[in-house]
Amino acid sequence: MSLIRKMLRGIGLAATALTALTAMPQAQAQAQEPIKVGILHSLSGTMAISETTLKDVMLMLIEEQNKKGGVLGRKLEAVVVDPASNWPLFAEKARELITVQKVSAVFGCWTSVSRKSVLPVFEELNNVLFYPVQYEGEESSKNVFYTGAAPNQQAIPAVDYLMAEEKVQRWVLAGTDYVYPRTTNKILEAYLKSKGVKDEDILINYTPFGHADWQNIVAQIKRFGSAGKKTAVVSTINGDANVPFYKELGNQGIKATDIPVVAFSVGEEELAGIDTKPLVGHLAAWNYFMSVDNAENKAFIEKWKAFTKNAKRVTNDPMEAHVIGFNMWIKAIEKAGTPDPAKVIPAMIGIAVPNLSGGFSAMMPNHHITKPVLIGEIKEDGQFNVVWQTPGTVVAEEWSPHLEGSRDLISDWRSPLSCGNFNVKTGKCGGASK
Amino acid sequence: MLLLRRALFALALLLAAFPARAQDPFAGLAGSGFDDIRRGIEALATAAPPQAAPTIAALQAGTLLTGPGGVLVIKQGDTLIDARTGQPAQGVTAAGLRPVRVNNAVRRAAEAAMGSLTLFSPDTATRRKAAEAVFKSRDPASLEPLARAIAAEKIPAIRAEMEEARAALLLAIPATPEPEKLAAVATLRERGDLDARALLANLKDQPAAVARAAADAVTHIERMEQLWAVAQGIFYGLSLGSVLLLAAAGLAITFGVMGVINMAHGEMVMIGAYTTFVIQDIIRTSAPGLFDYSLFLAVPAAFIVSGGLGIAIERGLIRFLYGRPLETLLATWGLSLVLQQAVRSIFGPTNREVGTPSWMSGAAEWGGLTITWNRFTIIIFAMMVLAALMATLRYTSLGLRMRAVTQNRRMAASMGIRTPWIDALTFGLGSGVAGMAGVALSQIDNVSPNLGQSYIIDSFLVVVFGGVGNLWGTLVSALTLGIVNKFLEPLAGAVLGKIVVLVLVILFIQRKPRGMFPIKGRAVEA
Repeated sequence: MSLIRKMLRGIGLAATALTALTAMPQAQAQAQEPIKVGILHSLSGTMAISETTLKDVMLMLIEEQNKKGGVLGRKLEAVVVDPASNWPLFAEKARELITVQKVSAVFGCWTSVSRKSVLPVFEELNNVLFYPVQYEGEESSKNVFYTGAAPNQQAIPAVDYLMAEEKVQRWVLAGTDYVYPRTTNKILEAYLKSKGVKDEDILINYTPFGHADWQNIVAQIKRFGSAGKKTAVVSTINGDANVPFYKELGNQGIKATDIPVVAFSVGEEELAGIDTKPLVGHLAAWNYFMSVDNAENKAFIEKWKAFTKNAKRVTNDPMEAHVIGFNMWIKAIEKAGTPDPAKVIPAMIGIAVPNLSGGFSAMMPNHHITKPVLIGEIKEDGQFNVVWQTPGTVVAEEWSPHLEGSRDLISDWRSPLSCGNFNVKTGKCGGASK
Repeated sequence: MLLLRRALFALALLLAAFPARAQDPFAGLAGSGFDDIRRGIEALATAAPPQAAPTIAALQAGTLLTGPGGVLVIKQGDTLIDARTGQPAQGVTAAGLRPVRVNNAVRRAAEAAMGSLTLFSPDTATRRKAAEAVFKSRDPASLEPLARAIAAEKIPAIRAEMEEARAALLLAIPATPEPEKLAAVATLRERGDLDARALLANLKDQPAAVARAAADAVTHIERMEQLWAVAQGIFYGLSLGSVLLLAAAGLAITFGVMGVINMAHGEMVMIGAYTTFVIQDIIRTSAPGLFDYSLFLAVPAAFIVSGGLGIAIERGLIRFLYGRPLETLLATWGLSLVLQQAVRSIFGPTNREVGTPSWMSGAAEWGGLTITWNRFTIIIFAMMVLAALMATLRYTSLGLRMRAVTQNRRMAASMGIRTPWIDALTFGLGSGVAGMAGVALSQIDNVSPNLGQSYIIDSFLVVVFGGVGNLWGTLVSALTLGIVNKFLEPLAGAVLGKIVVLVLVILFIQRKPRGMFPIKGRAVEA
C-alpha cells in the first residue's frame, strides 16, 4: 500500500518537474509563436472535388515558407477547417477561425455564394480573406483580396477572341443556375448587344447544379447552330455537370471545328475525369494553364508533384491564384512588420509578385490583381494548348461598365477615398444612385 | 483586293508550274503562326503533290513534326519519314523537333483539304468523310474532281453523299445555270437535315425561282424536323427513363419488397461505378487489348462488390432496425455519408475517368433521329436487368423464398425457410442491382463520391410513383417520368421542368397514395 503511495508521489513529482521544464521555453516562445493561417475550403460534399486541391496547395506553400525560415522570424501554422460545401457553415467556420483560432488571414471559398456568406464575418471582425476563383465581379470589400479573374479578365477577352478569330456571330450562353453564371451572362449579353449581335442570335440556357442528362440541351444547341451563321457556346457550367455535358457533346458529334465551346470553369482538374479525345479543340479561358512553358511554372509543377507524391497530379488556375495571393501576403507582412490584418490590408496595395504565366501580377487599389488572359484549346492528353494571350496583363474591372447600375461605380481602398463602391456621378460612397 | 488575290493566285499557279522547286508547297506547314500553317495547307491542297494527303493526315493526328530549316517529318512509331518524299528521313533526329501547331482554323483547313484530296481513296469510310468535308468546305476548286469521283463511285450511298456535296458546291458558285441550281435545291431538300437547312436558309443573290424553291425546301425541312423532334424527344425520354429505372430497380427490391428505407442506396450505385473504374484500371495496365470488353467484366464485378457490401450492411446494421423506419432512415443516411467519405479517402475527391468502349461512342443518324450509342446501350441494358430481376423473383427458388418471406414471414419461417438469411440475400440482390446500375451510370455521369446522391431522390420518386412492391410499376413510372421530363424541358427549361414534374407527382400521390400500380390483396395488410 505504502509502496503504491510512494510510487504515485514519485509520478506526481516527476510531472511537476516536467511541466516546469516545458514551461520555460514556452514563455520564451510567447513572442515567437507561429502566425496562424486559416484554410477555409470544403473537404467534403459537392465542392470537395475542386476545393481539396486548394487546401493541399496552401499546405505546400506554408511548408515551403517555413523551410525558408517563416516570416518576420516566426513560423507559419496552417489551421484547416472543413465547411463541407455548406454555405452557412462557411460563415460559422470563418468566425471560428478568426475568434477562436486567432488566424491572421484566411485563404478560402470557391463558389460565390460561399464568399457572400462569409463576407459580413470578415468585415465585422476586420480580418483578411484571399479569394482565388474567377467570379462575376460587382463586389469590392475592404477585407477581401480577389486573386481570381473578374469578368473582363476572362469572359470578355474570350468572347473577343471568338469574334475575331472564329468569326462567331451566334451565341449560346449556357450556365449553371446560380449567381456567377447569371451575372456573367448578363454582362456578356449586354456586351454582345453593344457589339451589334441581335436578340435572336443569343440563346441563354440555365441548368441546375449537377445536371446529368444533357441530351435535349445539346440537341438544342446543335439546332441553334444550324442556322448558317457561325455559332459558339460560352459555358459557365460549373462543377460536376461539365463531365456529362462534354460527354454528350462528344457523342452527338459536335466538333470544335463546327461549334466551339469556350468554358470559364473547366480546367485541368475537371478534364482529368473525362475522356478528352472527342473534345480536342474546344476552348477554355483562364489566366494560367499548366502547359504554360516557363521556368517558374516548371519549378512549381515539380514541387507540387513532389509534395503530393503523385506524378499525375495537375495544376490549375485557382491554385496559381493562391500562390500569387500567398506570396503577396508574405510581402505585405514584411512591409507592415506585423501580421496584424489592420496593418496588412493597406500594405497589400501596390505589391507585385511573379505569376506563373511568365510575368508579374500586382495588387490594385480595388483589391483585385492584374492578370494576363490566356485562351487554350483542349488537347488529347487533357492539357491545354495556348492559342492566344493578351500582350500584357489586364486590370480588373470589378464594377462592369456593361451593366446598368454598376457603370458609374469605382473602387479604391486607398485613403482618402477608401470606398468599394464610389459613385462618380453622385460623388458619394455607397453604390448606385437608384 | 479580289483582283490582287486573283493575280497572286495566278502567280502561284505559274510558280507551281515550274518543275524546279521554286515554290515548295510544303513550306507553309513549317511556318510558326497559325495563319501561315492554314495558308500552307490550302497551298498544299491546291498543288496536290502525291505526299499531300499523308502529310495533312499526320498533321491532324499530331504526328507531323517540324524543326529548324523547314524540316517536316512524319513520326511513325520510332521512325521519321520525310513528309516531302515519303522516304525515311536522313540525318534528322526527333530532338529539337516539335509538332506543327494546330488550332481550330487549321483543323478546319485540314479537313477541307483532306476532302478534296481523298475523294478517290480506296477506303469507303475515307471517301464518305471526304464527301462530307467537301459539303462543308464548298471549295469551288473541288467541283471538277468531285464530278470525276461521282462518275467513278460504285457504292450508291456514297455516290448520293457526293451528289449532295456537288449540289452544295453548285449553289455556292454564282455562275451555275438556273436549272442546275433548281436540281441542286431539290437534292438538298431530299437530304433534309440540319446542315441542308442551314445551307438553303443562307443562300444569297440567287435567281427568283431558285430562292423560292429554297425557301419552300426550308419550310419543308423544318416541318419534317418538327415531326422528327417528337420521335427524338421520345428517345431522350426513354433514355432518361432507363437511367431512372436502373437506379430505382435495386430500390424497388430493398424498399419496395422489403420495406427498408435505404438512404445508402445511391452509394451502392456509386460503388458499382468505382468498381468499373478499378476493373478498367486493371485492364489498362495488364491487358489493354481487352479494353472494349471491360464493361462485360465490370457488370458481374459490380454486382458482386455492391451485393456483398449490401449483405454486410444488412447483417451488421439493418437487421437490428427492422420495424423502425425512422431509425433505419437515419442510420442508412449516416452510412451513406460514411461510404462517401471512405471512397473520397481511398480514391481522392476528384472525378475518376471511366473510359467509354469504342462500340459505345458516337451516334447513329437515322432519318432525323440522332441515336447515341451509349444511351441506346443503356436502354437495352436497363431492360435486360429488369427482365433478369423479374425472372429471378418469379422462377428461381431464391425468388420464391423471397416472395414467401415478404408476404408472410411467420408462415415462411414455419415452412423451414431461414428468414434472416433470405432478408440478407434480398438486400444483397437489391444492392447488387444498384451496383450494376453504377456500371451504366459511369458511362454518362461523373464517377465521383457524390454520384449516388444525385439519384437517391429520383429513385424513391420512381418507386413510390410506380407503386411500392411492383416491378412493372417501377418500369412504367420510370419511363413516364423520363418522357414527361424530356418534353417539359424544352418548354419550361431544365430547372422549372424538374419542379413541374415534382409537383405533378405530388398531386398524383395525393389522389392515389399507393402509386400507379398498387399491390392488391392480402399481402398489403401483412
